[in-house]
Amino acid sequence: MRAFTYERAKDIDAAVAAAQQPGARFIAGGTNLLDLMKVEVEKPAHLIDVSRLPLKDIADAADGGLTIGAMVTNTDLAADKRVMERYPMLTRAIVNGASAQLRNQASTGGNLLQRTRCPYFYDVSKPCNKRQPNSGCSALQGINRMNAVLGGSDACIAVHPSDMAVAMMALDARIETKGGSKKGRTIPIAELYRQPEGSPERDTNLEPGELITSVTLPPAPAGKQSYRKVRDRASYAFALVSVAAILDIDDERKVRSARLALGGVGTMPWRAREAEQGMAGAIASEKTFATAGTVAVDGAQGHGGNDFKIPLARRTIARAFTDLSAKA
Amino acid sequence: MSQRFLLSRRLLGTTALAAVFAGRFAHAQSREIQIAAASDKPGNIDMQLDVNGETHKLSLDPRTTLLDALRDHMGLTGTKKGCDHGQCGACTVLINGVRMNSCLSLAAARDGDKITTIEGLAEGEKLHPMQAAFVKADAFQCGFCTPGQICSAVGMVAEMQRGAPSAASMDFDAKPVGSVEEIRERMSGNICRCSAYPNIVAAIVAASEGAPT
Repeated sequence: MRAFTYERAKDIDAAVAAAQQPGARFIAGGTNLLDLMKVEVEKPAHLIDVSRLPLKDIADAADGGLTIGAMVTNTDLAADKRVMERYPMLTRAIVNGASAQLRNQASTGGNLLQRTRCPYFYDVSKPCNKRQPNSGCSALQGINRMNAVLGGSDACIAVHPSDMAVAMMALDARIETKGGSKKGRTIPIAELYRQPEGSPERDTNLEPGELITSVTLPPAPAGKQSYRKVRDRASYAFALVSVAAILDIDDERKVRSARLALGGVGTMPWRAREAEQGMAGAIASEKTFATAGTVAVDGAQGHGGNDFKIPLARRTIARAFTDLSAKA
Repeated sequence: MSQRFLLSRRLLGTTALAAVFAGRFAHAQSREIQIAAASDKPGNIDMQLDVNGETHKLSLDPRTTLLDALRDHMGLTGTKKGCDHGQCGACTVLINGVRMNSCLSLAAARDGDKITTIEGLAEGEKLHPMQAAFVKADAFQCGFCTPGQICSAVGMVAEMQRGAPSAASMDFDAKPVGSVEEIRERMSGNICRCSAYPNIVAAIVAASEGAPT
């Protein structure tokens, strides 16, 4: 690990001010950043510990939603009674990710900002455009079983690894920040993340020194929710494909509205809006949901090792909505 | 020969002793180490770590993880370093009663927290009920993962009692909280390469049935 200096921020303003110095990074739970520092993928010169900032509350928002402090642990968020009742897909997504120890330590803001687990990103002896811009992408021609089939470019096919963020993507979460040139702003989660295109070193549209302070979930949309994750092991494994689904159907079994977000297949948590629109107004049937699966991966591109993810995503989507319609 | 060198020679002696009489001499040993670690190396951070009810005043390189602070600077070698990447769970300790991977935590960030390691679970000669259950169920083979398994299991029982959900209890074919299948899910952050899992689960079931609710 490279040497760094460390400070514990006394309040949000102090944290944001300290972040102006070159090479400064915020650290909260540290489960991903410290891991990456050990292998010298991350080399911050200065760490600002934000884990004690008073951002640990989950509060009802004025519009009936829920505002989650950025330092709320993954465990506490998953176990919150309001989340379990109103946003069960979020609890499911969280408890299906990582291990209990990691969820106890990891923060909400940190989970959103965790970096890819592409093996070439971790291996400093190999080219990787995300780690070292313009060095090349080893995954395109290499071992790419876990890599993305949606949103990739010639520069990068790294998957965004979060489960939590996939559920938040389906729930239209809003990210609140402090610092940066705008001194704080609200960002829809779909605009927090960016596709790699030519600059995969940037995972998000946050500015340097911008601190996530909270995440607000709008009131839960009508309908049943689920989070279905397919992985190599029954527990403690990243997704091959995960599906966050919300389905609302009327008395005549017509789809009033549907939402669909995917994990494990995209370079960012992936919202499948065309598939959602295609389901609206259709009869809730296996055929409708199979079509939704096909539409959702339209344009997906395999790279050999990860080709299987395309049919797997299609089928997992169909299964998730079929199961939801049986409950509705 | 500087005083610091003498102290570190003494430390080597006590560390070897502690390895033989693990636990029994841990207290005497950790007090020694407080003196030795109080260096004034530039760039070090002063911190107070509350471990098993004792305050340790340390001055450490900011890079020191909680795991390395416990093992190398406090002589508490019961907590094991397996992968050092949060994947195996051998380094699991309780921080303010909550189980975490000590390898993924900076020691400096734990200033002021209450840390409990495997050495701090027993009350004197009386084993913690989870330790006793592991002995009774023969819940280990080589034993390397055992301190992490036991600390994790103690944290897990507390999580169940608080009503924290698991993927097994929330899943599509929900398993009852505390069932064997559910405990396996909750313990998935602790790997046992000897694969002593059946007895580990049996020990946890036995201990959690006797745990106060």
